[in-house]
Amino acid sequence: MSTDATTRPLPALTPETGFFWTSGADGRLRILRCQSCRTYVHPPSPVCPSCGSRTLTPEPVSGHGTVLTATVNHQEWGLLPTPYVIAIVELEEQPGLRLTTNIVGIDPAEVRSGMPVQVRFEHDADVYLPVFEPVR
Amino acid sequence: MQEILERRAVISGLGQSTVGRRLDRSNLDLTLEAVSAAIADAGLTTADVDGLSTFPGGALHARDAGRYAPTGVRDVQDALRLELTWSHGGAEGPAPLGAVVSACLAVAAGLARHVVVWRTVTESSEQGEGSRAEVAHHAGLGDKRVDGYRQWSIPFGAASSVNLLALYAQAHFDRYGTTREQLAQIALNDRTNAAANPHAVFRDPLSIDEYLSARMISTPLCLYDCDVPVDGSTAVVVSHRDFASDAANPVAHVHAVGTAMRGRPSWDQFDDLTTMAARDAAEHLWSRADVTTADVDVAQLYDGFSFLAIAWLEALGFCEQGAGGPFVEGGKRIARDGDLPLNTDGGQLSAGRLHGFGLLHEACLQLRGTAGARQLDAPETAVVANGGGPVAGCMLLTKGD
Repeated sequence: MSTDATTRPLPALTPETGFFWTSGADGRLRILRCQSCRTYVHPPSPVCPSCGSRTLTPEPVSGHGTVLTATVNHQEWGLLPTPYVIAIVELEEQPGLRLTTNIVGIDPAEVRSGMPVQVRFEHDADVYLPVFEPVR
Repeated sequence: MQEILERRAVISGLGQSTVGRRLDRSNLDLTLEAVSAAIADAGLTTADVDGLSTFPGGALHARDAGRYAPTGVRDVQDALRLELTWSHGGAEGPAPLGAVVSACLAVAAGLARHVVVWRTVTESSEQGEGSRAEVAHHAGLGDKRVDGYRQWSIPFGAASSVNLLALYAQAHFDRYGTTREQLAQIALNDRTNAAANPHAVFRDPLSIDEYLSARMISTPLCLYDCDVPVDGSTAVVVSHRDFASDAANPVAHVHAVGTAMRGRPSWDQFDDLTTMAARDAAEHLWSRADVTTADVDVAQLYDGFSFLAIAWLEALGFCEQGAGGPFVEGGKRIARDGDLPLNTDGGQLSAGRLHGFGLLHEACLQLRGTAGARQLDAPETAVVANGGGPVAGCMLLTKGD
């Protein structure tokens, strides 16, 4: 593990994305969803890319997904203690519904594509970052 | 049949500044060295130049200044007292090569006759003696909230494009069985070619053992999979083809460009995590070309990270999707005496990170026949590819029209 101090940069809370970054306050992940055609939309957008509706609302999702691909970062960037796993996770609710995230609670070398994972949150200031751990 | 308008354009002049590590020269100084050399190389004077085009353009706001927003159009226009009929600078579009594509279209449309296009980097000096953590801090990552598209990756420690690229490389490894030994061939081939390029930054031999034992940056990418930041500027003059016979040196004809980017324009939302935007740009290129992969004599494919060259080989159809690893295995096929010589100047991994313009410059030198010790045997058709991840642009250049 790195001995240097690290500081995880936090996202700005904006009118469009604030719900996503604070959703974990009650332990649930939320994704914007079209109220007309029921498509999940991420990153958040004012317009549904499927049907053009402007009525989109954050809805809770299961928090379960699959690792599509992952990398173990060894380079010191001063952001997180190394080594750490960066991954793209696809949520089970919809094909192509993806987040870039960290995989935690597991030896970085053990993370594999296809691994089932579930969300948990890293609380820092007013942000609840959604990271994922192997399904228990 | 619809005219392929970019064929009205030729690359008539080539210029490159000194390229090196921490040159301690200003961005504008390097730019003017390259720009002036390109103008002279074409047999022109500043009075002939009526267009400028650059990536990523100048900084409109102080907060944007720094490593990524260097010399802009107005800086060069004023320094050389140019009288312009057309100019453009910008960071969006089909990768840095978009600045060349824009120049071709301006010339084809008659908005300008001689457009100087440049890309200047001073990343080596700005990295300075500090640690990468300090670089990240100064880039604004350490002391303020992240917004825009970066908010989806940087809070998770994906500080650099190497992390995002590594996700694609790992997906390729997982799906197609690509190996580090195969990926290494891009780095080893670059280093071999760099030995024949006196301007390359890294010219000492690199062995497969050194590659395999190098420290990991972001798995599966090691130190030698990442290009080397340098200071330097590359400029070309894009002229109307009517000028070809008057140019001081043989021109390179623009045969076709590929600018399509159809997938979602972000790293993690792009539909196929093994192909990237190169897929669409390459398909677009061939749809505008009268030649095929079999006609290509030399490939100058973006290798800011080794895996990108593999992705471009597949996207351009030199091999099937997923077969890039076996295609480069052993390195013979992509060597200067192989079937498809690749990145003959040493590429970005060994010659330096000139953001794709070094590869464009090299393609033109090879078509001219003035590439010195690394000159191929009379190549007539070159493909140049630029960009990675969600941005891509490519171009076919020919010796004759």
